[in-house]
Amino acid sequence: MKITNAVVEKHGLKTEEYSKIKELLKREPNLLELGIFSAMWNEHCSYKSSRIHLKNLPTKGKQVIQGPGENAGVIDIGDNDAIIFKIESHNHPSYIEPYQGAATGVGGILRDVFTMGARPIALLNSIHFGSPDHPKTRTLLNGVVSGIGGYGNCIGIPTVAGEIKFNSTYNENILVNAMAVGCVKKDKIFYSKAKGLNKSVVYVGSKTGRDGIHGASMASAEFDENSEDKKPTVQVGDPFTEKLLMEACLELMKGNSIISIQDMGAAGLTSSSVEMVSKGDLGMELYLDKVPCREEDMTPYEMMLSESQERMLIILEDKKEEEAKKIFEKWDLDFAVIGKTTNTNNLTLKFKNEIVGEIPIDALASKAPIYNRKWTKSKLPEKKINIKDLKKIKLEDALFKILFSPNQSNKSWVTDQFDQMVMTDTAQRSGSDAAIIRIHKKEKAIAVTVDSSANYCKAHPYTGGKQIVCENWRNLISVGAKPIAITNCLNFGNPENAKVMGEFAECLLGIKEACEFLDFPVVSGNVSFYNGTNKKNIYPTPVIGGVGLIKNTKNKINHLLKKNGNIILQIGKTFGHLYQSVFFEEIYSLREGPPPEINLSNEKNNGEAVLKLINDRLVFSVHDISAGGLILAFAEMSLSSGCGLKIDRPKKLSNSMEYYFGEDQGRYLIEIEPINLNKVKKILEENNIFNESVATVQNDYFEIPDTLKIHINDLYKANNKWYNNY
Amino acid sequence: MNSSVIVFPGSNCDRDIAVALEKLQFQNKMVWHKDTSLPKSDLIVVPGGFSYGDYLRSGAIAAKSNILNEVIKAANDGCLVLGICNGFQILTETGLLRGVLLRNINLKFLGKDIYVKAVNIDNKFCNKYKKDQLLRLNIAHNEGNYFTNPNHLKELEDKNLIPFKYCDENGNINEQSNPNGSLNNIAGIFNEKKNILGIMPHPERMVDQIISNNDGANLFASLLN
Repeated sequence: MKITNAVVEKHGLKTEEYSKIKELLKREPNLLELGIFSAMWNEHCSYKSSRIHLKNLPTKGKQVIQGPGENAGVIDIGDNDAIIFKIESHNHPSYIEPYQGAATGVGGILRDVFTMGARPIALLNSIHFGSPDHPKTRTLLNGVVSGIGGYGNCIGIPTVAGEIKFNSTYNENILVNAMAVGCVKKDKIFYSKAKGLNKSVVYVGSKTGRDGIHGASMASAEFDENSEDKKPTVQVGDPFTEKLLMEACLELMKGNSIISIQDMGAAGLTSSSVEMVSKGDLGMELYLDKVPCREEDMTPYEMMLSESQERMLIILEDKKEEEAKKIFEKWDLDFAVIGKTTNTNNLTLKFKNEIVGEIPIDALASKAPIYNRKWTKSKLPEKKINIKDLKKIKLEDALFKILFSPNQSNKSWVTDQFDQMVMTDTAQRSGSDAAIIRIHKKEKAIAVTVDSSANYCKAHPYTGGKQIVCENWRNLISVGAKPIAITNCLNFGNPENAKVMGEFAECLLGIKEACEFLDFPVVSGNVSFYNGTNKKNIYPTPVIGGVGLIKNTKNKINHLLKKNGNIILQIGKTFGHLYQSVFFEEIYSLREGPPPEINLSNEKNNGEAVLKLINDRLVFSVHDISAGGLILAFAEMSLSSGCGLKIDRPKKLSNSMEYYFGEDQGRYLIEIEPINLNKVKKILEENNIFNESVATVQNDYFEIPDTLKIHINDLYKANNKWYNNY
Repeated sequence: MNSSVIVFPGSNCDRDIAVALEKLQFQNKMVWHKDTSLPKSDLIVVPGGFSYGDYLRSGAIAAKSNILNEVIKAANDGCLVLGICNGFQILTETGLLRGVLLRNINLKFLGKDIYVKAVNIDNKFCNKYKKDQLLRLNIAHNEGNYFTNPNHLKELEDKNLIPFKYCDENGNINEQSNPNGSLNNIAGIFNEKKNILGIMPHPERMVDQIISNNDGANLFASLLN
């Protein structure tokens, strides 16, 4: 087949990129080779637009065992235990085929974690849909939620936390991000770097089919009106096979036969083989006749580019083939020696005794294009609204409207479709600020949570980037965990657009500053560009997944109110920032002005003080104040516990909407016994932490004297209606 | 007491039940589905999960596995057998328990805490519970909607072969407190000799206060009595 301009374009490569390929090969590629370049050089695999910005992120710290660059990040939690975790996007496939797209997103991220030797212990997700009125949203919501559940429930890893949001910016490009967390002994971590010559390259897992060919390239382009035609590029998941693959790999990992191991994710056999030998500065020869195939007459092109799921590539120590084969046969999985490592520094592909393709590894990896794309800075939007000019609304009406809104409604319709308890170490399920997973047969636990704030990031990417890191940090603190590290999934529009690239660069700058200040490094992550359709880009939506440590599971805490008569103290000051708030959006359909400011040193001091109070066992419940402001934080505490609250009227701020709905950052609510009030206040004052008492726990009624008095059941009804009516 | 937990490809509650049994001082062994003999067992547990990926029909393929022949023999000789969730589905597929488990009435996977009432305690599995005691247990299934013919249903009721029925937090057994559409709010059933129990909720998830509660522990403790 002649490589014409049309063929090059169909492979998602630009003319100048094709010239570079010819230059690197010193000849024209054949179709197979072109396919391989396309798979390795697309945005999804090469990070060509993001790399120069990503390298600024803080990725080191004494808690970090492995930062970005491996299948997942690894952190130290003491006693020879380590946590391996990562978040990844599966946005494009999930829009085309929601069930399979979401399911294989979960499957893919799980493989990243158990490839490194960890048994996965928790799954999380961050999913964003278009407006509920959009004709596709209902189908997408149903498909994605059951796809996430279908995979996690079957493989038997609890899905314990997540976020689900609706915003018209995702009407034609939803976001499905999945995070997996695993636990491993520090001395049994496996890496992907190949070592040694003439070592057997082994293929294990499912057979290769024709599904998912060019999946990664599809995910590296914008959608258009023909997106539906891309269905065949979506992979089909089989969680049952993945469960077998996971058990077989973990069993093999108990011995010492593995040199390196890599899952076949995006760009399948191509990227896994190239990554392994590229890191090891070696070459690899593959005999494609040996690849286990699901369908007849598969060509080398199809085998190299298939994204069939549940497959792994392993480089074995000498004479370990039989031992390894036995384990995979026990689990009824395919096992085939398909190649060997070489010293040629080439990827050499043989089929029917002929060399059908040969590419220098560095051409695919280190010499892949890197772009310093143009980007524009964004200005901090002005504050133009005077609250007094807006149509008046009663506090009670505003509260009900927000509690009933899709974004703030109770999410149990979603979480009831997930098994949160399997493995029996889930000490706190979804619904709190973070989930808590006990380390099996240990006293300690980890806390996990995911967060995003697309409205804030759209308004001012730099501030928004800082905000999500802080919010994530706060959520971990609020369950009694010391934050350790994060993973991020960076969902953005078209990087060839300078404004989008600016959003990316500035969000990252914000993330960097917050992570540095809070000693909360980034250990893994994923970039998803080209989220948009026909030149309409989504709001910048970086998602942060954080992990924290709780030394003793008994010290866990949540936001459920515990005892009548207890006092609620607010940590951190209220200024009444309503721009970009839930209140403005839900009540006035306004998305205006700057996001709330972030004061990193306040964040740190407030968070550390709250954590100290939790560890000193002086607090009964904790909740951070975030979207929806003070009143929503109160409502969530009441709703989850069934306890009422008597809430004080604002002491200083003249406008009660600003007081109750303002989204100023760095704030928490803590529940304490009256007897401890002086002791707690003393600790806070010694640390210069602003605090004031704002409410008292009472029976049954959610009440602000002279303003509103609502029975908890009515609050509950309002909050539990939306999903069931949708 | 000696217990055996059967492990199928796709079982995923096998470790959980083993942990619970060991916590309650059972001497437990894991048994692989391809094995052709059982270790000496006073109790055999068929655990939850997605044996064989739920392909064909949940429990159908596992019911034809090597080890199930041995389980059937042991059960017929009076050995205690407990099937939880997928294990319950497998036991109905083997015929050791009658009836079937259909898709949940809302056609969705259900993963949440529910309440059951211990309506019959005069048996080896429930003797540590009080009559009509409420238990908060966890369910996680697609097919938990128990169905059987009217004659068998009458027999189950008349012969006290239903140990647990779904109810609400106040103990009301009615349509609102039925999560999956099971006939008569049935959460579990016995065979006629009451040595084989199948239940949809997971008692092994409720044996640890720090994780959930202790409501499931007495099911295992009863057997030690």
